[in-house]
Amino acid sequence: MSETKSIKSDLDNSKKKFDVGSWLIPIIAVFVALFVGGILIKLQGLDPIVAYRSLFKSAFGSLEGIGVTLAKATPLVLAGLAVAVGLRAGLFNIGAQGQLLSGALAAAWAGVTFDGLPGFIHIPVALIIGAFFGSLVAAISGLLKAYRGVHEVITTIMLNSIVMAIADYLASGRLREPGQFLTRTSEISEEARLPFFGSFPSGFFFAVFLGVFIWWVLGRTTSGFRIETVGRNRHAAWYSGIPVKRTVVSAMVISGAIAGLGGAIETLGITYRYEPAFNLGLGFDGITIALLGRVHPIGIIPGAILIGGMRAGAANMQFDAGVAPEIVDLLMALILLFVTAPLITRFFKNSSNKSMTSGWGN
Amino acid sequence: MKMLTKRNSYILLAVAATAFFYSRDADVTTSVYATGTAFALPLALAAMVGIMCERTGIVNIGIEGTMLISAFVAFFVSYLTQNIVIGLIAALMVGALMGFILALMAVSWRMDQIIAGTIINILATGLTSFLYVQGKTIPSVFQSFEIPLLSKIPFFGQVLFIHGALTFIGLAVILILYVGIYHTPWGLRSRAVGEHPSSADTAGVSVARLRYINVTIAGAIGALAGAYLALELVGSFERGFIAGKGFTALALMIFGRWNPLGALAAALFFGLTQAYANQLMIDQVVNIPSQFTAALPYILTIIVLTISAGKVRPPAAEGQPYEKGQ
Repeated sequence: MSETKSIKSDLDNSKKKFDVGSWLIPIIAVFVALFVGGILIKLQGLDPIVAYRSLFKSAFGSLEGIGVTLAKATPLVLAGLAVAVGLRAGLFNIGAQGQLLSGALAAAWAGVTFDGLPGFIHIPVALIIGAFFGSLVAAISGLLKAYRGVHEVITTIMLNSIVMAIADYLASGRLREPGQFLTRTSEISEEARLPFFGSFPSGFFFAVFLGVFIWWVLGRTTSGFRIETVGRNRHAAWYSGIPVKRTVVSAMVISGAIAGLGGAIETLGITYRYEPAFNLGLGFDGITIALLGRVHPIGIIPGAILIGGMRAGAANMQFDAGVAPEIVDLLMALILLFVTAPLITRFFKNSSNKSMTSGWGN
Repeated sequence: MKMLTKRNSYILLAVAATAFFYSRDADVTTSVYATGTAFALPLALAAMVGIMCERTGIVNIGIEGTMLISAFVAFFVSYLTQNIVIGLIAALMVGALMGFILALMAVSWRMDQIIAGTIINILATGLTSFLYVQGKTIPSVFQSFEIPLLSKIPFFGQVLFIHGALTFIGLAVILILYVGIYHTPWGLRSRAVGEHPSSADTAGVSVARLRYINVTIAGAIGALAGAYLALELVGSFERGFIAGKGFTALALMIFGRWNPLGALAAALFFGLTQAYANQLMIDQVVNIPSQFTAALPYILTIIVLTISAGKVRPPAAEGQPYEKGQ
């Protein structure tokens, strides 16, 4: 269907995306989801008001709380950004999880190995190494997609498992903390740790900066235009002389680098070491957040903060109201459902029902 | 040499490899193949969900979630009623419901199908981990039994005919689906709807109705896969129970070129590699780290796809909502 549309009108549409109506829908969706979640909490015999008050008070009620929220939101912004860049090029990168893991482990290795470097060299080096390994994993999928026609959904899923196994092997073998039986690396050196501004993690501001940068790249540069065009209509892109294969690979590499950075920032800013349980599910949350933010590089930031806040406040909520922290996963699903349900969408504007993703592509 | 098509050469290779392993150690090979079949079944069934949906033009990436929530229901209803048959039936109904919801989103609401599937997945993750209770057990699992006579055939008897009830049901579903898709009016209509819905519509097939029916039945098949895991192969349930099998199944579906028998073969290949990897670990024949044997099936899938790629073609109308008069 999208092939019959001209590329120009598609691009015009994407610029108009941030009108009042499209801002209202996610907000209403959040409230409806909280309401439905509240009913479920009530059904368990617990008090939803107490639960939500505790959840949001601990997430947004104090500077410390906001700091934790932003820390939780940081990898979510980057994972969402990674998925969004892929979708812009018509690629469904389910592999953000694996790319993020390899970035996290590589950064931990760099943080431990280059002990003695001053921070202003150590941190960028570790970040670049993390991004490099993330993009390396994604490049495999990109190359196979472009030159062999192997679908990226398959290879990214397979690579998630492969990376997990390799990371596990390294963290329980060569990179394991000396004298420990746990599967984890040593703590990174003090110099390699990302600073905090008060209680706010600096990684978050870096992530936001990257979001703005990617928005600029996609909307204002030639390579961004190529990515968008390939994503909207591969045949048209090919006819107009855009190197489709190279663009597919580079979109995948950028996507993987962002996910790898997400893992690296998590290691350098929050966890200070690699442990298999630390990064679970972040890449998959990225898919939800990318879709919540309507695949817009800046639009994903509020969604990431909201979900980061719920993750940050969930433990307190369990303590205060006895509600299982997994309610956050449920709320995420409900929000996504209500954001995308066209019944709501249509109520606010005559949406053209344009697909954000394109099936299996090709 | 028309006999030596790609498919035939794969079959030949598989038979030769099996014969080679069997001649080296008959007992171990037989048990590895039996385990491999057990590993392969949920993957194969999950791939059938994908095939049924995509053949009618609906992309279903919600297989993982469908399996997760139906395994959950199978286990906990079995626990509550102390009856695994009721658990199975409840799971099948919930699976069909998930399929119906997907159809609702994809067909009636014309939502983006990747998003619709993602919603199913995270809804299932959210619900199951929110409602999960630790430390419950079910009265029994579907026990293995021997099919008389057939189970006495050397090798094949043990590999195929000594299993629990759900395995036999699952294998039957796959065969029925194969015959159904290629040799019945229903199959022809489904494929037509998946390739060129407006032609099918002109010929008097109700596109929306057929999509609803197929996606709903597919949901029940996904539930069978989930119930098989919870009530026969593993006999328990925990958070994140499906562990990516629903996604792997999508790979197998493409690997098997949207053909039920092709996907079954791909799943068997996958299950056998895993069973062999396990066997290598038990025997300690070679000193491979366990993580690598675990990753072996995934690595092999990528390699095989890379070699054989470029010739697969998904159903043409896949992923697109259908509107009359377009």
